Amino acid sequence: MEDKLLLETIERYLGGTMLAEEKAWFEQLRKNTPEIDQMVVEHRIFLHQIEEFGMVQKIKHTLHNTHKTLVEKADINEGGSVSTRGRVVQFYNKYKKVTAIAASIAGLTALVISGLVAYFSPAVNNDQIELLGKKIEQVTRTQQAQGARLNEVDSKIPKDATVTAGGTAFMIDGKGFLITNAHVVKGSGTIVVNRNGQEFNAKIINIDHERDLAILKIQDEDFKPLGNLPYGIKKSSVDLGEELYTLGYPREEIVYSMGYLSAQSGRDGDTSSCQISLSANPGNSGGPVFNKNGEIVGIISKKETKAEGVVYAIKSKGIFKMIDELKESDTSVQKIKLPSSSKLKGMGRTDQVKEVEDFVFQVKAYQN
Amino acid sequence: MKGLANNDSKAIETIYKDNFSMVQALILNNSGSYDDARDIFQEAMVTLYEKAKSESFVLTCQVKTYIYSVCRRLWLKKLQQAGKFVTQAESLEETVLVEDDLEVHEKRNAEFAIMERALSSLGEPCKSLIEAYYIHKKGMTEIADEFGYTNADNAKNQKYKCLMRLKKLFFSQYNIGD
Repeated sequence: MEDKLLLETIERYLGGTMLAEEKAWFEQLRKNTPEIDQMVVEHRIFLHQIEEFGMVQKIKHTLHNTHKTLVEKADINEGGSVSTRGRVVQFYNKYKKVTAIAASIAGLTALVISGLVAYFSPAVNNDQIELLGKKIEQVTRTQQAQGARLNEVDSKIPKDATVTAGGTAFMIDGKGFLITNAHVVKGSGTIVVNRNGQEFNAKIINIDHERDLAILKIQDEDFKPLGNLPYGIKKSSVDLGEELYTLGYPREEIVYSMGYLSAQSGRDGDTSSCQISLSANPGNSGGPVFNKNGEIVGIISKKETKAEGVVYAIKSKGIFKMIDELKESDTSVQKIKLPSSSKLKGMGRTDQVKEVEDFVFQVKAYQN
Repeated sequence: MKGLANNDSKAIETIYKDNFSMVQALILNNSGSYDDARDIFQEAMVTLYEKAKSESFVLTCQVKTYIYSVCRRLWLKKLQQAGKFVTQAESLEETVLVEDDLEVHEKRNAEFAIMERALSSLGEPCKSLIEAYYIHKKGMTEIADEFGYTNADNAKNQKYKCLMRLKKLFFSQYNIGD
C-alpha cells in the first residue's frame, strides 16, 4: 500500500500538481533516498514513453481517416479514373474490392518476383513483370526527370514511356552487339547511352533468362561501328585472389570499382558464376569484369543484400556457350565475332580504363 | 507545420492532399502497389510529425522535398530487402539527406513496438484502463463509470496493479542505459 501512495506522489510530482511546500519536501526526500530518486527517474521515462506512444497512435489514426476522406472526395486517386464528384463514392464502393484485389495481386506478384530474382535469378519470367506493369496504371515520367534531361537533346525514350530498369552493358562486337543481364532489359524497349551521354536505340536480339544474359544490337543511324575492341573475352577461369575491376553506371556517370575474386562459385554453389569482393550498386548489373590484363572474365549480376561486398558475376564462359548455342539457330547471331585477344596487357590501369570506357554503355529499359 | 505537431486534422489534410499523389506516383513507378504507397507515405508523415514536435525543429528544405526524400529512402530500403539489384527508374528530383531523421524514427519505432507488446500482453481490462488514463487522459471517476467500478478508489487500485505489471513488462525489454 505504501508503494502505491509513493507512486501516486511521484505522479503528482511529475505532473506538476504539487504545492510548493510539498514539492520542496519531496525533493528533499529524493535527495536523501536514492531508491526513490531512481523510481522518479524510471517513472518519468515510462510516462514519457507511453505519452509519445499515445500521440503517435493518434496521428496514425488521423492519417488513416484523412486518407479515407480524401479518397472519398476523390482528391487522391487509388486506381480507376473518376470523372465527376457525385459518382465518386458510388464508383469507389463499386470497385473497391476489385482495386484492392488488383493491388494486392500486384503487390504479391512484386514480392514473389523479387524473391525469385534474389534466389533463382535466371528463372525470372518476363511476362509476369509485364503483366504487373499493365495492372498498375503507369504514370508518365515526371516533369522533373524531363527537366533534368533538357541538356540531352531530345531523349530517344518515347515521351510517354516510363523507364522501368537500368544497368550496364558492354560491346562484344564493334558492329554494335552488346551483352548485359536479362533482368536489366525488362520492358518494351531499350536504349543504350555511351559515356558522353549520346543515346542509341537498341534491339534485344536474344534473351536467356536461365543464364540471366541478353544480347542487344544497336540499331540507330547515329551509330558508327567502333571497329576492333581493345579487350578480349577470356575463356579460362580466374584464380582465387586475382585482382579484378569493373566499370558500370550506378549513376548517370561511368564509375570504376576494384576488387578480387573471393570464391570460384556463385550463390548456393552455382558454378556458372563466381563471387567477387568489390563495391557494386544497383546499376552495376551487366557490367564487365576485367582482370589485370584487361581481359573480360565475367559479368556483374547480383549482390548479397545481407552482406557487404559480396557480388556475384556470371563467368565469361557463359557468353561463349550462349553464343555458340544461338549460332546454330539464329542468323543474326552468326555475325558476332567475339574478341579473343586483349591489346591492354602491360598497360597501366588508368590507360586501360581510358581505352575501355568507350565500349561500356548504360542501358535504360522503358515501357510504353 | 504547427498544425501537424498539434495533430490538427485540417493541416494534415492539406499536407496529405499536396503530397500524396507525388509519392504514389513514385511508388507505383517503382513496382509498388497502392497499399505500399499508403504505408510508405503515412510512415513518412509520422517521421515528419516527430520532427515537427521536437524542439530543435528546423526544416532546411520544402516540405515536399522532405517527404519525397523520406519516402524514397524508405522505399529503396524496402526494395533492397527484397534483394533487387537493378537501378530503379528514378525521377531525378532533388533530394535531401534524411538518414539521421530516419535513424531517430527507427529507434522510436522500436521503442513503440516494445510498448505495444507490453500493452497487449497485459490483457483486458488492464490495457484499456491504462490507455484511458495515460493516453486519453481521462479522470479516475470517468474511468470508474465507464468500466463499471463501484468508485474511483477501486479503479485507482486496479490501475495501480496494472501499471506495476506494465512497467515490469516494459522495462524488462527497454534499456534505460540506451
